[in-house]
Amino acid sequence: MNLDAPQLVHKLNKAVTVLLAERQISDPLLIGIRTGGVWLAESLHKHLNCKSPLGKLDISFYRDDFSRIGLHPQVKPSHIPTSLENRDVILIDDVLQTGRTIRAALNEIFDYGRPNCVILAVLVERNGRELPIQADVVGAHLSLQSDQTVELSGPSPLELTIKKRQGSETQ
Amino acid sequence: MSLITPSLQIDGQGRLRHFLTTEGLSQALLTEIMDVAESFMSVAHRETKKVPLLRGKTIANLFFEASTRTRTTFELAAKRLSADVININISTSATNKGETLLDTLRNLEAMNVDMFVVRHESSGAAHFMAANVPEHVAVINAGDGNHAHPTQAMLDLFTIRRHKPDFSQLTIAIVGDILHSRVARSHMHALQTLGVKELRIIAPKTLIPAGVTELGVKIFNHLEPGIEGADVVMMLRLQRERMIGALLPSAHEYFQCYGLTESVLSAANEDVLVMHPGPINRGVEIDSRVADGPKSVILQQVTHGIAIRMAVMSMAMRTHDGGSAIEQPN
Repeated sequence: MNLDAPQLVHKLNKAVTVLLAERQISDPLLIGIRTGGVWLAESLHKHLNCKSPLGKLDISFYRDDFSRIGLHPQVKPSHIPTSLENRDVILIDDVLQTGRTIRAALNEIFDYGRPNCVILAVLVERNGRELPIQADVVGAHLSLQSDQTVELSGPSPLELTIKKRQGSETQ
Repeated sequence: MSLITPSLQIDGQGRLRHFLTTEGLSQALLTEIMDVAESFMSVAHRETKKVPLLRGKTIANLFFEASTRTRTTFELAAKRLSADVININISTSATNKGETLLDTLRNLEAMNVDMFVVRHESSGAAHFMAANVPEHVAVINAGDGNHAHPTQAMLDLFTIRRHKPDFSQLTIAIVGDILHSRVARSHMHALQTLGVKELRIIAPKTLIPAGVTELGVKIFNHLEPGIEGADVVMMLRLQRERMIGALLPSAHEYFQCYGLTESVLSAANEDVLVMHPGPINRGVEIDSRVADGPKSVILQQVTHGIAIRMAVMSMAMRTHDGGSAIEQPN
């Protein structure tokens, strides 16, 4: 099963624009979670015509399963280009499932400073939450079997695919 | 001289189990260490200079030989990974070193230490410990005798890579007391694995180890022809106690022949990097104007040492299942 990723991205970008207007945020700081979230953040950055450069987060050093499975070997540097103090942050990821990635990302963000607020935008929100974390803006809601995963590939073209899970890792 | 069996520091999946020597490590693994270190570089510039990766782990810095820089950067690296660190400085007066080392080890194991960082004056000490610790404990070599100092070698390679990423284009010269240098030995193994274009060693005949040509290096006994066209010049610290052993004349004479000055350095490439593992003997192996000059990356080496040690510690730390700390999820 395939979903129309570009259409969902467009929907997400529009919904973020509406939310920012509602909350009267004029200069948000966009932070994408590697790797899919960064592609989406780049698209949103263009759509919103943001002044502030975009941030990139690799949450490998903040995962809660290090003592079980160890360090992710393809870790890349996190890069937050400006101070986070008092900024309105939009955190962007591709899929929200367990909530553990977002927990790790929030912890990392706060090690960079104290933002004014953090808004969570995800392309796909699916069932399977293990932590009390919800998204503020969502491209699509999906209800999947526990052995199914939804994955974003890209950056061009962006494609969403639903697959049978191979391992047991869910973060 | 190969004291280390490769299988001891590498697990069945080719991942880091202990970190004892650069000898025998694959190009992929050396590159991975530098890649992980690159990811740790930004941690030092954040408001909170710490990641929670090794929270709840205990690391013992076991220094049987004096060291300030290496011990401090290992300690800082462990703290930036949120590990708990204990520093133990042990002077070695006992003659029966094997027994002392094993006793120390058993005592620390009883305190549930997860990782040992070891500096010892005897070659093979870290290897001996790695062979004697339980499965869930990792050992990092912070310098053993004349044998190896792998984290120093990796931080030097990391420093080179950040300036000149393609090792296959580089001519690198190591200058000084190669014979007694564990750093030079670790450099030679790692640089050959990374496929450096040309590796040179420059030293008086009395300070060149036998059989070094087997490592594929070019030997020079004079400084200027040795650094001609070099992209990187790595100076070694001249240990003053070597002069007592009549291997060398005087510090003054050594400087005349092997001291790196601005005028000698002009023989190297225009964008040459000058490196030194510290502490520097100013006016013995290097002139202050070079050490503090624009081509020197000596202080960057110190900063990079923290990131490299964070990388090695997080990669070698044992996980619950007893497997390697590096595992691809999913």
